[in-house]
Amino acid sequence: MSDTVLDIEGLSVHFPTRRKLFVAVNKANLAVEPGEIHGLVGESGAGKSTIGAAVMGLLERPGHIAEGTVSFKGEHINGRDADGMRALRGAKISMIFQDPLTSLNPLLTVGQQLVETIQFHLKLSDADSKKRAIELLDRVGIPSPSERIDQYPHQFSGGMRQRVVIALALCSEPDVIIADEPTTALDVSIQAQILELIKELARERQTGVILITHDMGVIADTTDKVTVMYQGQVVESGTTEQVLGAPAHEYTKSLIAAVPRPTLKVHRFPQLSYGGRQIAFHIDDLARNWERPEPTKSGTLLKVEGLTKTFLARNAIIPSRRKYFTAADKVSFDIREGEVFGIVGESGSGKSTVARMIATLYQTNGGKIFFDDEEITELKTAKDLESYRRQIQMIFQDPFSSLNPRMRVDEIIAEPVKHHKLLEGDAIQHRVDELLERVGLGSDAGRKYPHEFSGGQRQRISIARALATQPRFLICDEPTSALDVSIQAQILNILKDLQEHLGLTMLFISHDLPVVRQMCDRVGVMRQGQMVEVADTETLFASPKEAYTRELLSLMPKLEGLSTEGLEDEIV
Amino acid sequence: MSDQTSTAPQSRLAKAMDSDFVYNFRRSPVAIVSFFVVMLLVLSSAFAPLIAPHNPFDPSSLDLMNGFTAPMAPNDFTGDVFWLGTDDQGRDVFSTILYGMRVSLFVGFAAVSFAMVLGITLGLVAGYVGGWVETIIMRAADVQLTFPAILVAMLIFGIAKGVIPIQHHDQMAIWVLIVAIGLSDWVQFARVVRGATLVEKDKEYVQAARMIGRGRGIIMLRHILPNVLSPVLVIATISLALAIIAEATLSFLGVGAPPTQPSLGTLIRIGQGYLFSGEWWIILFPSVTLLALALSVNLLGDWLRDALNPRLQ
Amino acid sequence: MLTYVLKRVLQSALVLLVVGLVAFSMFRFVGDPIDNMLGQERTDADIARLRADLGLDQPFPVQYYKFLEKAVQGDFGVSFRQGRPVAEILVERAPATLELAAVSGFLAISIGIGLGVFTAIRKDGFLANMIMSVSLIGVSLPTFLIGILLIYLFSVELGWLPSFGRGEVTHIGWWSTGLLTSSGLKALILPSITLGLYQMTLIMRLVRSEMLEVLRQDYVRFARARGLKERTVNFRHALKNTLVPVITVTGLQLGSIIAFAIITETVFQWPGVGLLFINAIQFVDIPVMAAYLMLISVMFVGINLIVDLLYFAIDPRLRTDGKGAH
Repeated sequence: MSDTVLDIEGLSVHFPTRRKLFVAVNKANLAVEPGEIHGLVGESGAGKSTIGAAVMGLLERPGHIAEGTVSFKGEHINGRDADGMRALRGAKISMIFQDPLTSLNPLLTVGQQLVETIQFHLKLSDADSKKRAIELLDRVGIPSPSERIDQYPHQFSGGMRQRVVIALALCSEPDVIIADEPTTALDVSIQAQILELIKELARERQTGVILITHDMGVIADTTDKVTVMYQGQVVESGTTEQVLGAPAHEYTKSLIAAVPRPTLKVHRFPQLSYGGRQIAFHIDDLARNWERPEPTKSGTLLKVEGLTKTFLARNAIIPSRRKYFTAADKVSFDIREGEVFGIVGESGSGKSTVARMIATLYQTNGGKIFFDDEEITELKTAKDLESYRRQIQMIFQDPFSSLNPRMRVDEIIAEPVKHHKLLEGDAIQHRVDELLERVGLGSDAGRKYPHEFSGGQRQRISIARALATQPRFLICDEPTSALDVSIQAQILNILKDLQEHLGLTMLFISHDLPVVRQMCDRVGVMRQGQMVEVADTETLFASPKEAYTRELLSLMPKLEGLSTEGLEDEIV
Repeated sequence: MSDQTSTAPQSRLAKAMDSDFVYNFRRSPVAIVSFFVVMLLVLSSAFAPLIAPHNPFDPSSLDLMNGFTAPMAPNDFTGDVFWLGTDDQGRDVFSTILYGMRVSLFVGFAAVSFAMVLGITLGLVAGYVGGWVETIIMRAADVQLTFPAILVAMLIFGIAKGVIPIQHHDQMAIWVLIVAIGLSDWVQFARVVRGATLVEKDKEYVQAARMIGRGRGIIMLRHILPNVLSPVLVIATISLALAIIAEATLSFLGVGAPPTQPSLGTLIRIGQGYLFSGEWWIILFPSVTLLALALSVNLLGDWLRDALNPRLQ
Repeated sequence: MLTYVLKRVLQSALVLLVVGLVAFSMFRFVGDPIDNMLGQERTDADIARLRADLGLDQPFPVQYYKFLEKAVQGDFGVSFRQGRPVAEILVERAPATLELAAVSGFLAISIGIGLGVFTAIRKDGFLANMIMSVSLIGVSLPTFLIGILLIYLFSVELGWLPSFGRGEVTHIGWWSTGLLTSSGLKALILPSITLGLYQMTLIMRLVRSEMLEVLRQDYVRFARARGLKERTVNFRHALKNTLVPVITVTGLQLGSIIAFAIITETVFQWPGVGLLFINAIQFVDIPVMAAYLMLISVMFVGINLIVDLLYFAIDPRLRTDGKGAH
């Protein structure tokens, strides 16, 4: 163990707040060796980013290290004064932030920022610094670095910016790099490239890397060792293979069991609860009072033909000089009654645009939408659309913005019922109470405001609102991408129940292939506004036809080393 | 059920008292002191007729012999004592301040309310409706922002003076002031509300309401408006201080409240003439009152801004 | 890039046209120009002749065009009150206001930015907190009270500085300056402090809050994480980003210095255009009001145009619009 570069022992970080002392990190241990990528994984609030900030001496006040030691090459570094920390920061330990769009100073060229950092740490001349900056840009995979060095950050794409950020972190030839969710803001294909780059650099330069992430796929594909955190405590630590393949701690087990697998389809996610997270929801009870409409004759509930949407990219007074961006380009598909239809694609592929057109949130620029054999795109007035709007509902991505913070939960759920005049008087309150009971929140929740609930609870309020009008068709736009993996499992289970017990038809939008595999009967793949391929989920995953689909599937983390404990009974 | 309804309001009050907002307030001596100063000034001017020892606008209660009495000293001729002295016409300075502050506060509150209603409405519409409606409103705001509020107010005052017949000038002066200050101040509200509306408009709860089929009006009033009000509160407080200062400035320059209905600014204008001749109290006390009023409102606004901005906590 | 500049220039011209319309409407509709120009003893023939002379019998757009044409040539008509051409009066009075505004603008910007940066960097320092508290008094003190206070202290009690007027002025061509004589300089001290103080506190508070905002940004944290010196982080990374929004507001503040000069000029009886304007309002001297409005809008619009172009120089994102990846 003598060659450990960074050793964290018994580290506790405290944030004193008005009501109580918040212990963000509690007696955590972590050791990193040269050339090793050490994953730090946990759900939100686990304290993993706090460890990174504590090591760098960048804790936001009033947070402070209450006890424990951080040693760099055997030397204690916590408790150093500001100048002492600065000598270490950047020079020996570097950091990579999550969002490449905000990590670079917009008013300085990439070269100015690199040269400034190189000069400061390595004391080279102007010319040598610039030469070294160009070498670094070349190393992190920026094409024609000698030209791009004089460009400003806004002239680089997100992935390229993250490469520049990595180059900046390498300027001083550090021994340890702390990467805080370095790929969370990036698309899957870019994410794979950046992770590959980090892996190469760690091997090549014998740099120790702490990779902070919430993503089991990233951990499985990239790291050598992994430390699992839960509510500020380290619950398990070991080689990646061992921790993921044969987890010892109950929390790790429940976490791993909740991860959707690309290769196995489960009936329901196991509710291996840890720390009292088990919730009870009873969608089957809801089915008793559920009015099911006559099934459609054709069996197809929603049909989309040549759907097109263009946005104005640059406005100009002269029409010919305006520039348009085609977000959805002649998209066609149909959804059978009772099935879950998925649309996958990277950001900007137009999947959400299609959902929003179906939801009447965007006007179409071409194409037709049929619902229950009626052409919706023909209906122009709000009155004509009433009946359609009652039958479709939507669950949004961000549980923190999808509920009006100034409305009480019962008002939120009652709003669609009142608008469509479905019920009157006490019956409205009864419907609201019942829905809240069934999604496992209890009717008392109605008297509270959204900020009193956690993300997962809010998403269940969102589901209750969507069910209030007893719809036939549910649009789910990335309904779990903002949630922790254990909460995601809960929400996905509820959605599966909705399909099974209430016979709801769903459009499920996601960028996450393993989730799509778990949820959908059929899948459409979108790219740059076009529908590339539509197939049965099993067919698509087993034998994709299109090159783009194959590429997407190849980038998907395989998660083969993950334990299947607890999943046995559910595998379909 | 009956149990719950009877305890609900109480627990809500308890909850409010326990909120970070109230906690913050109770921990900030500056906020507490300025809050009480504002309350004291507002209440004493509201009840001026009950508190003031004299009615400065009732000629029968005035005695010219009492002119220029120094504070706390008996008058040479009548022997009357005035706390803060008297002015040239024998009016009790303390009473004129109470009545003057009434005018100042009334103009301030009315002008800010006018600006607020106008600004919020235009800002909401501009932000939510967008398109050419937004372009027109925001261009107008930009142009007006180019011109300092005080200048716009003066111009409006000047125009009104030309349009309104001369015999109605004094009577209309207060209302012209309110409109002039209000019209010069709506831009702040419109810009902030539009900015906040643009943010809120893209949030998913608004899309959820649109999907239900809610109309524009309901979405703007019921969903967006309540969520853009906290920055408005901060601006309204700061605007109140600015409006009080603007009113005082205009009145001081002689283009505001008339001598028959003096505000604090008018009183300072009158007092300025006696600064060189040694009757310092005629100008000092109204000035101090004006400063106390503006400063405490500003302090309160400054505190509100920090308290309502979660990032700074 | 050229389109950007062109767009700004066009916008400015549009603003001036609108202001011109306001000024003209005042001229045309507020009060009756005929009433104002002819005395009590007038005949219908006089009225008709004057109407024709002034072009009041022509359609509104034609009148507006003529008004603009004259205004561009510097002809704003004759002051109702003084009976002299407005342009002549303005030229005579402008130097006083411009000198006052320039000196106080310089004071406000240099001291304001300096103190703003200081209070942002030493966010919780004792001196910074003191400065912040005092600045709030500065914001709450109406300009005219500052002026009266200064007069009372330095003129009435101490007798060091004059309480009114410009002192001795020297004429250089048509420009009269007070900067070359000691009495002129002495006379300038109190008015320029009065005028600059409020703007200075505003600029300082703005710089502080913008800078605190920038200091919270990821790129500043990343610069710190790279171990760069505190000075480099504060001045090279934070200050430049702070200045982008500050420039706009400072431009507006410079505009309001000219407007606030009205107050200062009244308090100190400073013989500038502001004093002229306030007198014009009291006597409803419409030609002077209209001309003043036009004159200072040209200044405001000019300042704003310069601000926009400065933006352009500082922010590379505006320079390369359209090129490169997004």
